[in-house]
Amino acid sequence: MKTLWNNYRYLILRRFTQISLLVLYFGANAWGWKMLQGDLSSSLILGKIPMSDPFAVLQMLSAGAILATNLLIGAVVVTVFYFFIGGRAFCSWVCPINIVTDTANWTREKIGMNKLKGVKQPASRSIRYWIMGLSLVISAIMGVTAFEFISPISMVHRGLVFGMGFGWSAMLIIFLFDLFVLKNGWCGHICPLGGFYSLLSKFSLIRVQHYEENCTLCMKCKQVCPENQVLYMVGKESLPVLSGECTNCARCIEVCDDDALGFSIRNMAKNKKTGE
Amino acid sequence: MSENISKQKPSGDRRKFILNMARGFGLTVMGGFIWSAYLDEAKASSLLLRPPAALPEDDFLKTCIKCGLCVEACPYDTLVLAKPGDHKPIGTPYFVPRDVPCYMCPDIPCVPVCPTGALDEQSVTDNGKLDINMAQMGLAVVDEESCVAFWGIQCDACYRACPIFGQAITIEYSKNERTGKHAFMKPVVHSDACTGCGLCEQACITEKPAIHILPREVAQGKAGNYYIKGWDKKDEKRLKDAKEIKTVTEISKQSASDKLNGNMLEDLY
Repeated sequence: MKTLWNNYRYLILRRFTQISLLVLYFGANAWGWKMLQGDLSSSLILGKIPMSDPFAVLQMLSAGAILATNLLIGAVVVTVFYFFIGGRAFCSWVCPINIVTDTANWTREKIGMNKLKGVKQPASRSIRYWIMGLSLVISAIMGVTAFEFISPISMVHRGLVFGMGFGWSAMLIIFLFDLFVLKNGWCGHICPLGGFYSLLSKFSLIRVQHYEENCTLCMKCKQVCPENQVLYMVGKESLPVLSGECTNCARCIEVCDDDALGFSIRNMAKNKKTGE
Repeated sequence: MSENISKQKPSGDRRKFILNMARGFGLTVMGGFIWSAYLDEAKASSLLLRPPAALPEDDFLKTCIKCGLCVEACPYDTLVLAKPGDHKPIGTPYFVPRDVPCYMCPDIPCVPVCPTGALDEQSVTDNGKLDINMAQMGLAVVDEESCVAFWGIQCDACYRACPIFGQAITIEYSKNERTGKHAFMKPVVHSDACTGCGLCEQACITEKPAIHILPREVAQGKAGNYYIKGWDKKDEKRLKDAKEIKTVTEISKQSASDKLNGNMLEDLY
């Protein structure tokens, strides 16, 4: 029991956060709760503090919309939080699609897709940055928020809060894509919102830290990591994970049986290294 | 040999880099066109009714962030967000008056909560006070073929249901020549007062409503600048700054009498 908790503690916490947020949003629409109104595109905390998706706001700006003050304040609140603190935590602690892609990834491992010979990863992880740029260009040309019209994230989240319609098909498409086409396909290759947060979270404080002296080179962390390129230092050097592509999901920390990985604060980690 | 490899390697890398960039660019252009084609179709749904104070449709689609705060603020569950499969611009709020009309709350809770200004508070504010009667969500249109009042049967359900009573819908009396002794009592909608709330559409007694709300830009025509109401002092003022515009056609090249007395027939046939 103790090892079970130890090996899944962050996963359980993440699911708890993701589902609690969904329940709060759902309650606002269904029963008039005031704690968290709206949806992931734009919301109100306790009816006062605005929050807006900064990437959606960028698209609006590009489409030529006149931006209201509340919207800008909301975008700043969210940007500041992820820029300084959470990094790409949105992806693994908030986004409902994360549950879908994690399930796909888990199934992939279980049915042995990853060991199938001849199946290569045919795509680059930088596709997301191209799509991100493309979203802004198309927004400008078409005069609408381009990604918001096709985003499965908002489709699914809105669906869960306001009524699903055919939104479940978006979930299924992503699940099948991640399962049979590309490992970590949506979150790790395609999603421009993830790309946006990757760029944003380059400088945020909460970091995963590797302690090389404890590492036994079991490579469980690399297997479980959805963005395993960020763990290049494992077994080589004691370094913090500084890449913005790390989602702070902490799966690597909990699967490590040797205390070779842990959370740290950016600058404190640096100080340890230089001994200051 | 080793010299050869070191000479070839940089150019091979360069080639690889250029090809990769070309591939990325090409795929982006390809994806961009597919994406744009989809968007062009997806935003082209004009037959839907927006919440009060919504910006014109083009601006509305740019500005609405699809957060649903207006939907949550609506006490009657009038507003809904477009779901996949609704064939409406996805995630944007709209209402179907036959299901739930807009009850025109005096405090308009759906408008001030909008974080983006896609619902523009100014457009329903008069002298610093919210006024729902200024809303222009749509316009009621009567289908005279299916409205039983136009058949001579008495029904004033829409007239009674109208929240802007006696102004947005009036009853027009005329003699029923068929019977010779009854009156027609026909509902007439006035576009200057109608907000498009849809209470009339909901109240309509026919199987499919004979009075229904259409978006204003769909329901209304436009006479154009050539027509001026000579009996309306205000409208006639438009003549003051009018400039002469001359249209020359094949027939109007000559003066009218010359043309008419000339070989008109040859020109025409």
